[in-house]
Amino acid sequence: MTFMSVPTEKQSGRAIEVRELHKYFGANEVLKGIDFHVNHGQVVCVIGPSGSGKSTLLRCVNRLEDPTSGTILVEGVDITDPETDLDQVRSRIGIVFQSFNLFPHMNVMRNLCIAQQRVRGRGKDEAIEVARTNLAKVGLAGKEDAYPAHLSGGQQQRVAIARALSMNPDMMLFDEPTSALDPELVGDVLAVMKDLASEGMTMMVVTHEMGFAREVGDRLVFMDDGVIVEEGDPVEVLANPQHERTRSFLSKVL
Amino acid sequence: MKRSTRRRLTNGILYGVLVLAIVLLGALVDWTAVKANFFDSAGWGRDGNWSVLIKTGVKNTVLYTIISFGFGFALAIVLALMKLSPVAPYRWLATGYIEFFRGLPALIVILVMAFGVPIAFNWQPPGGLVGAGLIALILVAGAYMAETLRAGIQAVPKGQTEAARSLGMSAGRTTLSVVLPQAFRIVIPPLTNEFVLLIKDTALLFVIGVQVDQRELTTVSRDLLTTGPTAGTSTSLIQAALLYLIITLPLTRLVAWLEKRQQRAR
Repeated sequence: MTFMSVPTEKQSGRAIEVRELHKYFGANEVLKGIDFHVNHGQVVCVIGPSGSGKSTLLRCVNRLEDPTSGTILVEGVDITDPETDLDQVRSRIGIVFQSFNLFPHMNVMRNLCIAQQRVRGRGKDEAIEVARTNLAKVGLAGKEDAYPAHLSGGQQQRVAIARALSMNPDMMLFDEPTSALDPELVGDVLAVMKDLASEGMTMMVVTHEMGFAREVGDRLVFMDDGVIVEEGDPVEVLANPQHERTRSFLSKVL
Repeated sequence: MKRSTRRRLTNGILYGVLVLAIVLLGALVDWTAVKANFFDSAGWGRDGNWSVLIKTGVKNTVLYTIISFGFGFALAIVLALMKLSPVAPYRWLATGYIEFFRGLPALIVILVMAFGVPIAFNWQPPGGLVGAGLIALILVAGAYMAETLRAGIQAVPKGQTEAARSLGMSAGRTTLSVVLPQAFRIVIPPLTNEFVLLIKDTALLFVIGVQVDQRELTTVSRDLLTTGPTAGTSTSLIQAALLYLIITLPLTRLVAWLEKRQQRAR
């Protein structure tokens, strides 16, 4: 088996574990045998040029994309097993998308409550209370009745984070959460993510924000052309990349 | 010649031609004949045609439109979901149905449902001949609206489904709570259009003879060609036309307004 376990980390500490993951879109192989893991309480940032497969990897982790082959364990549950209750697994993984994907026909409160009530089976009062707590956490208390169209991109993305948090997920996946935002709105979203990390949330973050990766990340993974080229301590990788491909990418973005 | 003078001259000619055409038309038309045939005062007054045209004709036209739109819409939802189903035979069935009924004149469907099917299948249509006619309209309207709805469902961004599924919602719950409500919004203008088309299609029911109190607007006005105070003139047709416009024009204006509003919201 090509899976390389790091001796100091216990297997049971893994929130996400990906082994030998291959993914084809038609004849195009976008993931070429990925071994990847995220430990509990860790923040793992994934960087790389567009088309490197980093978003596809993230989307495979909750089966928004079906892996062609390989194993993906989420909290020890094999999500590639057809017998796995995907809805149940997904309800424990919060995802934040580049394009926010708030439900435009529902106000903020309804956006935060619908899955709590329909999936978690919470009562209305409990759902509203959880929603209020999380809205306050992302700095948007008082926006309960607003519709997404009336919020700025940064506010929408923070509502999206609050929506994911309201499900009390075991981990959060961020798919380029600030890439669609105007530059002056990026900071608010990153601040919320930083708070989450400091609370010990398990996070996988696909991002172009090198500053965030350096400051908040526990591990940095550089992907290119469907493979993990290099990974390690963010400060170390960013300051002293070992591979030519990493160096050339970083020289373009830093 | 200066540019501005030339432009004014061109405009002047265009208006001149228009005025000339109107004057010529006015001079050539025999206005007394038009008035006698289209605007017979016996039909426009208090004891004229209005009472039966409105109380029977408009009432039944509106009733038939609402019935066929309501059931047609329900049928359309089923067909649209079938057309987007992951199960291939459902898709084939829906596609076949839609292509079949969109490819036929509504008149043929009405005639077959009213006179062919009841005999061939020894079937008593609920509501008699009118019921059979309405079922025909429902079948046709369902096919048209299904295509509109399918387009609306597919116009809902994929990210919406992904967000809902990521929160753990089932496929059915996602369709019901996230996709369909947004699809309905998108298709309100085209569906209002279908509604207007349906109002006019109810006129086709005149081909099946029905009881006096079941007649829709076109049938009533046609009967008034040969009976009543304006028999022998076309007055009742003009009156029916006016009544149709009173119903349809506000609706088409509504569609225009809705479309404008939707564009702004984007």
